Amino acid sequence: MIVTSHNGHTKSYLKPRFRVDIVDERCIRCGCCVEQCSFDSMYFDTQYQRIGSTDENCVACHRCVVFCPTQAITIHQMSIEYKHNDHWRPDVIEDITRQSETGGVLITGMGSDKPWTCYWDKLCLNASQVTNPSIDPLREPMELRTFLGRKPDRLEIDPRTMEMKTTMGPQVRIETPIMFSAMSYGAVSLNVHEALARAASLAGTLYNTGEGGLHPKLFKYGPHTIVQVASGRFGVHPAYLDVGRIVEIKIGQGAKPGIGGHLPGEKVSATVATTRMIPQGTDALSPAPQHDIYSIEDLSQLIHALKEATNYTKPISVKIAAVHNSAAIASGIARAGADMIAIDGIRGSTGAAPKSIRDNVGIPIEMALASVDARLRAEGIRNQVSLVVAGGFRTSADVVKAIALGADAVYIGTAALISIGCTVCQACYTGRCAWGITTTDDKLTKRQNPEIAAERMANLLHSWSHEIKEMLGAMGINSIESLRGNRLHLRGVGLTRAEADILGVRLAGE
Amino acid sequence: MDAAGLHYKELNARLRNAVAAGAQRIELVNVHGQRYIGTDLDSTVDIHIHGTPGNDLGAFMDGPRITVHAHAQDGCGNTMNQGEIVIHGHAGDILGLSARGGRIFVRDSVGYRTGIHMKQYQDARPVVVVGGTAQDFLGEYMAGGVLVLLGLTLGAGETHRSRFIGTGMHGGVIYLRGSVEDHQLGKEVGVAKMGAEDTALLSELVGQYVAYFGGDADAILSGPFTKLVPLYLRPYGNLYAPTHRGAQGVVRRIGRG
Repeated sequence: MIVTSHNGHTKSYLKPRFRVDIVDERCIRCGCCVEQCSFDSMYFDTQYQRIGSTDENCVACHRCVVFCPTQAITIHQMSIEYKHNDHWRPDVIEDITRQSETGGVLITGMGSDKPWTCYWDKLCLNASQVTNPSIDPLREPMELRTFLGRKPDRLEIDPRTMEMKTTMGPQVRIETPIMFSAMSYGAVSLNVHEALARAASLAGTLYNTGEGGLHPKLFKYGPHTIVQVASGRFGVHPAYLDVGRIVEIKIGQGAKPGIGGHLPGEKVSATVATTRMIPQGTDALSPAPQHDIYSIEDLSQLIHALKEATNYTKPISVKIAAVHNSAAIASGIARAGADMIAIDGIRGSTGAAPKSIRDNVGIPIEMALASVDARLRAEGIRNQVSLVVAGGFRTSADVVKAIALGADAVYIGTAALISIGCTVCQACYTGRCAWGITTTDDKLTKRQNPEIAAERMANLLHSWSHEIKEMLGAMGINSIESLRGNRLHLRGVGLTRAEADILGVRLAGE
Repeated sequence: MDAAGLHYKELNARLRNAVAAGAQRIELVNVHGQRYIGTDLDSTVDIHIHGTPGNDLGAFMDGPRITVHAHAQDGCGNTMNQGEIVIHGHAGDILGLSARGGRIFVRDSVGYRTGIHMKQYQDARPVVVVGGTAQDFLGEYMAGGVLVLLGLTLGAGETHRSRFIGTGMHGGVIYLRGSVEDHQLGKEVGVAKMGAEDTALLSELVGQYVAYFGGDADAILSGPFTKLVPLYLRPYGNLYAPTHRGAQGVVRRIGRG
């Protein structure tokens, strides 16, 4: 629905968000910015022989800024002065304007930009002092290796041979407790998917296909792949299940709990169609409910169907969004036979989601993680599942704090994309990503070289891993296993007593 | 193979071993609700089931032909890739969920959400033929493939009672023998005219149905048939208002340099 005036012309009341400033003396008219801008903001003005910009098209992706050889471009927030109002903020006014012009659901990309309390920033880590020494990871071995999968209630060892008598379920070894979140091919480009796969194998960890299937070209990275089974079952076939190392059933996602995925037809290119096994140009709809799952018993049925389909060789993970009753839900999932539970918090990212859902539904991952871990421990079933958490991990310190709150490993998504140029401009859903990340356009896709991108991502994991070792060493711990759920190494600052209780941490000074 | 008292895990392990040993035809007797039969088999083995198989019969199946000499339960052919399932009786809910290939023939009627999210790709085109009728949400979110409802169990003057047929459907085709009222159809579905290709396809499928279950193919084919197709390739194309100006009808000015 477009509002049309009596003479048939439309006039938008929306103001530009950004202003692109081009310093004319610096500009050499090379046209690089015009070429780089995939949002049609930059243009060459043939009449005056200079570069101009259509500011209302700019999303502040900074591609032009980075690529301008003479640093002639700067981008500023457009300063439009409304009468100050803490309730009717400019973004609220803009959203209402946009909706009244289109009649549509506001759709956006990336994680929520609302000022949710970040509990990672309110937790401090412990350090060794006089009585117990810290450990220097440069000289001492430091263990970050993690095994994902169901662990037995107890281990039986044959005393004569010292061999283990207990049969273990399938275990997956990762060399660092950081994995790449589910990002489907279709949401991100094939080159980015390949980069994630390569980076995961370089770093000895795993990446996750998301719900978009797996391109045959990437089958060789199977040992480093978590394959997802979602409601649309896109690209899910026996070879796909066989090639992955872990099979993940996607129930929910932090950015859009309770709603499904929708890859618009524009992004369903020929190769996306091949990977998802659907006709080119159709919308790829994966509704929120999996229609064979209406209860924990039904979930259990799908878990066991996948175990049968893969002959009990792979752990089965269930991914949910962090919501009000995560702890009870997680308990049900563990009892339903899952080997791993992935929980994605409200700051979790997305290629496209209704803004109203992304910014208002779900809870922070810190709270969900703490309550799930506590509940599973209280019920004596924590060992039955590995806990993987996701949703806005920014630094190695966030990862360490998550492990101290009970996680086995974390998923990172946005951070991995930032490592290859993403500026979190939140226009992923347009498919016009100027950095060649969230696009299926052939020309834009070529902006990411899978080898270079993989190296950048692997570098990120390498640096975070070393920082984690330093933090462990500072705490006098030489194995990540010893930190897991070890809340005594955390102290809260600026938390209410109730928040501290839910997180299971003491306040600083206690 | 006697399935009496066997847990599905054991039963499937034995099936896997038998197929690995080169079995071409397997008779399963005393089946009592074991789930996932035929899952993880990728040969063309012929499996006959005597008794009632449990849920998710042939889930993710890739090649075998399963004949059930009784009723089947829910989730039959879930995400099936290839092969054939023939049921001499009724089947439960979500038959053929997300199936991408293969064929399912049901002699009698089926439950809710039959053919939901069925899809097709290149040569893989799943087919579901139901002799009787179906419950609500037939072909929901259907993205490809062929669903046929023959209505043979309906009495004189009785019509299909399924509601919300083809809700969210954006691909594939549904053929109903008999007619349905407009209010029974999802809003994304329309009635299309039958063509020569439709008649040829139906003739082949009904021929196969009759070969399995008996009956008079000519009488069945005399119809009348209703053909249902999606009205839109992209039913939800206009649902969204982007949050960035740049995404919503890019403003172009002056030619590029």
